[in-house]
Amino acid sequence: MADLTTTFIGITSPNPFWLASAPPTDKEYNVRRAFQAGWGGVVWKTLGAEGPPVVNVNGPRYGVVHGADRRVLGLNNIELITDRPLEVNLREIKSVKRDWPDRALVISLMVPCDEESWRDILARIEDTGADGVELNFGCPHGMAERGMGSAVGQVPEYIEMVTRWVKTHSRMPCIVKLTPNIADIRKPAEAAKRGGADAVSLINTVNSITAVNLDSFAPEPMIDGKGTHGGYCGPAVKPIALNMVAEIARSAETRGLPISGIGGITTWRDAAEFMALGAGNVQVCTAAMTYGFKVVQEMISGLSDYLDGKGFAATSELVGRAVPNVTDWQFLNLNYVTKAQIDPDLCIGCGRCHAACEDTSHQAIAMGPGRVFTVKDEDCVACNLCLDVCPVEECITMRELPEGAVDPRTGRVVAGYANWTRHPNNPMAREAAE
Amino acid sequence: MTNSQLTPGIVPGRLSPESYAGNFADIAPPLDPHEVQVAADRCYFCHDAPCVAACPTAIDIPLFIRQIATGTPEAAARTIFSQNILGGICARVCPTETLCEGACVREAAEGRPVAIGRLQRHATDRLMARNAHPFPRAEPSGKRVAVVGAGPAGLSAAHRLAMKGHEVTLYDARPKAGGLNEYGIAAYKVAGGFAQAEVDWLMGIGGIAAKPGTMLGRDITLDGLQAGHDAVFLGLGLGGVNALRVEGEDMAHVLPATGFIRELRQAADLAALPIGRDVVVIGGGMTAIDAAVQAKLLGAETVSLVYRRSRAAMGASVVEQDLAASKGVRIICNAAPLQIIGNGAVAEVEFAYTGEVAPEAGGRPGLQLLPQTFRLRADQVFKAIGQTLDEMPKGLALAGGKIAVTGPGRTSLAGVWAGGDCAAGGDDLTVTAVAEGRDAAEDIHLFLTGSAAHG
Ligand SMILES: Cc1cc2nc3c(=O)[nH]c(=O)nc-3n(C[C@H](O)[C@H](O)[C@H](O)COP(=O)(O)OP(=O)(O)OC[C@H]3O[C@@H](n4cnc5c(N)ncnc54)[C@H](O)[C@@H]3O)c2cc1C
Ligand SMILES: Cc1cc2nc3c(=O)[nH]c(=O)nc-3n(C[C@H](O)[C@H](O)[C@H](O)COP(=O)(O)O)c2cc1C
Ligand code: SF4
Repeated sequence: MADLTTTFIGITSPNPFWLASAPPTDKEYNVRRAFQAGWGGVVWKTLGAEGPPVVNVNGPRYGVVHGADRRVLGLNNIELITDRPLEVNLREIKSVKRDWPDRALVISLMVPCDEESWRDILARIEDTGADGVELNFGCPHGMAERGMGSAVGQVPEYIEMVTRWVKTHSRMPCIVKLTPNIADIRKPAEAAKRGGADAVSLINTVNSITAVNLDSFAPEPMIDGKGTHGGYCGPAVKPIALNMVAEIARSAETRGLPISGIGGITTWRDAAEFMALGAGNVQVCTAAMTYGFKVVQEMISGLSDYLDGKGFAATSELVGRAVPNVTDWQFLNLNYVTKAQIDPDLCIGCGRCHAACEDTSHQAIAMGPGRVFTVKDEDCVACNLCLDVCPVEECITMRELPEGAVDPRTGRVVAGYANWTRHPNNPMAREAAE
Repeated sequence: MTNSQLTPGIVPGRLSPESYAGNFADIAPPLDPHEVQVAADRCYFCHDAPCVAACPTAIDIPLFIRQIATGTPEAAARTIFSQNILGGICARVCPTETLCEGACVREAAEGRPVAIGRLQRHATDRLMARNAHPFPRAEPSGKRVAVVGAGPAGLSAAHRLAMKGHEVTLYDARPKAGGLNEYGIAAYKVAGGFAQAEVDWLMGIGGIAAKPGTMLGRDITLDGLQAGHDAVFLGLGLGGVNALRVEGEDMAHVLPATGFIRELRQAADLAALPIGRDVVVIGGGMTAIDAAVQAKLLGAETVSLVYRRSRAAMGASVVEQDLAASKGVRIICNAAPLQIIGNGAVAEVEFAYTGEVAPEAGGRPGLQLLPQTFRLRADQVFKAIGQTLDEMPKGLALAGGKIAVTGPGRTSLAGVWAGGDCAAGGDDLTVTAVAEGRDAAEDIHLFLTGSAAHG
């Protein structure tokens, strides 16, 4: 059985599964139960500055996007940082950490954007025994209106400045949590690195409106007839998060900067994908909020079996394995030719591939008598759409044409690797050649 | 006096009063809203969907299911009713396992089709609950059409004709409209007085004058109808039944299953309906199954359904057979009646086992009686070995014992159309009758508006 023990920026936890800073980590009761269930660590729900705590709305604070059978695909929230008094949170953190010394306990922080506020809060958490801090520069609603959260996270100079303050006034490892509500995720990551961050974590939630009530004409969740944008998370945001993690992992400026992967992780497989793209560990929120803490048990057994199957002794062998294979479009092999092929034995005859290809692609799937569907190689551009819409797994697959074969569509012989940078249609390539 | 299942003879009240309500309650109650969502979500929205091809009325099933899935069941109902105005009863009685659901790709994929029938019921129930009629009538055409027979074929034809603006007179020999919807279909498939409610709702289109209790051949003649109307549609169903042709058939309590079912459907109080302790049903189709199951549900102690061929050859679908078995009906195959034994009234039926011999010319294998025989005790015998056409007006050509038709129900007589069970071709199913009535009506409309030839 693979050892899932993971050391992330010097913080060791029995597995790489941490609960993200959110309601599941808002108080001692929850966190104790989470540790009992097996979570490797938690990032405590974001603490604010000393003084009267923030207040939350008293109506619904979550919106949802459902898939089949009311499966939660995406959740959005308009919740703020912890609304409990700072002293209470600090007392509880200390007590939990004392009883669970082997688990990671990181404190998430968000205070006004001045050095004094940050120095004060860091002093207050000094003796809790916590393993590190995470700077919440991600929250996209409410706190951002007050100049915190994503208001900081969207300005790389602020990130760098605040991170530097934190590193100056604390000896704790520091993770900077990034907002995805930005055009180029590498910029805030670079800023965090310049400021001395030990790691970045991403993504926080995505600005969103989940639904509009067509009777009251207001966004959901609706508070007394009005709504506001909230933060979107859950399975729906995973592809966005994966890309952002990969961008940071492969960028020359940030390569090697530890990453804690977050966003839609629901199963061990999601976690493994984040790790393959460079995340040293992962954080989970929505899956726990949907299914309860027990989901971690599947994540642990699943990842462990996977590592065993691959012959990896530790999570570190998985981390970053896919990064070298993430490249730019211009470097993709344009001489790699495939054709869709339909397995007649598996085909159930729904005809979705035909409708998709006929109406919206390349008219490359013929429908014969008896609902027999066949790919016309001379028309197939290998776009993958048929495979994506086919309801039967493995019914449609891609067949690679070997080098030397003739592509019936272009009439050209399949040759070895060649990419856009050298392609005759590329004006830049021609200039380079001249 | 209280009776039980063990009381000898033919007596009422074999069960507790509550048992009747339970036994004859809706066999497939409506899906709840969440079940509807889950069921609708399973549809793949197939291209040129096989389920549509398998529906005799060609309802656009993927479209109506998508309309349900997106929260617009009334739009779904309009999609259904535009093809099949009796989509409500069809949702309840169609053998979907051999029609749309049998063709569903998810049946091929995982042996569990999309619940098309039950989704259809959800949509049609929703619209009918508002008692709103979904279609307006066209401007009056000034043409008059006689429709004889108010079963599914006649109702469907009458509705389509009325919708096109024609003036329809709908004759039926019986006091209530609906045909076998009202007098034949198993009670638990159309619980809650659905058949009459549907007729009333259908008539909401306007322009249909109902003439119940009016029988062609007794109260009216085909010549008379032709003289007074611009076209005639016959949806007469099959009024007669095949005889067993065995000794003792004329004894008391040997009756057509259709008559037993008709009485059951019209009974105000099922507890007052007498049923034998031992019942034998002869036949292998839907009628045989319905008679057997309902005899059992009325409290008969033993019900045996005896069919002369194999299980696979039975007209009743596997689903129907399983239903019968689950209610305690014993199905005996490969046995044919030899004689009915009794003293004035039936007491026993003697059967011989059968074996198959070389096929009759072009058809099913011939049957041979084997020497082995057996007897079943019987207080009642219900015959369900097929229905036949009543005597038809002179001049109407027949084919295979039914009214001969070409294309959309054109008979050998100019200006006369026929559809449903009485017309040759097509399965004897409610949905087929609806399709044929509709298509004949469209043809009549073309004829009345001067663009078709069957004058
Ligand atoms: C017991 C039983 C169970 C069945 N169960 C099912 C089922 O579950 N699912 C299914 O799809 N199908 C079922 N069927 C078949 C289905 O009921 C018929 O196919 C369908 O009703 C045929 O419709 P129709 O309009 O042609 O005839 P019918 O429904 O028979 O209607 C004919 C109408 O014409 C009237 N009529 C007849 N002669 C005259 C006349 N001379 N003058 C005036 N009016 C006349 C009759 O009174 C009747 O109202 C069942 C049939 C039976 C007998
Ligand atoms: C209700 C709710 C409250 C949250 N509060 C915080 C918070 O206080 N601090 C923070 O850094 N992130 C917060 N988040 C974001 C999560 O930590 C996490 O980044 C995000 O939900 C994406 O992960 P997921 O897809 O696993 O949910 C919150 C998320 C939710 C759903
Ligand atoms: S891969 Fe694209 S082009 Fe080729 S058959 Fe499939 S849908 Fe059509």
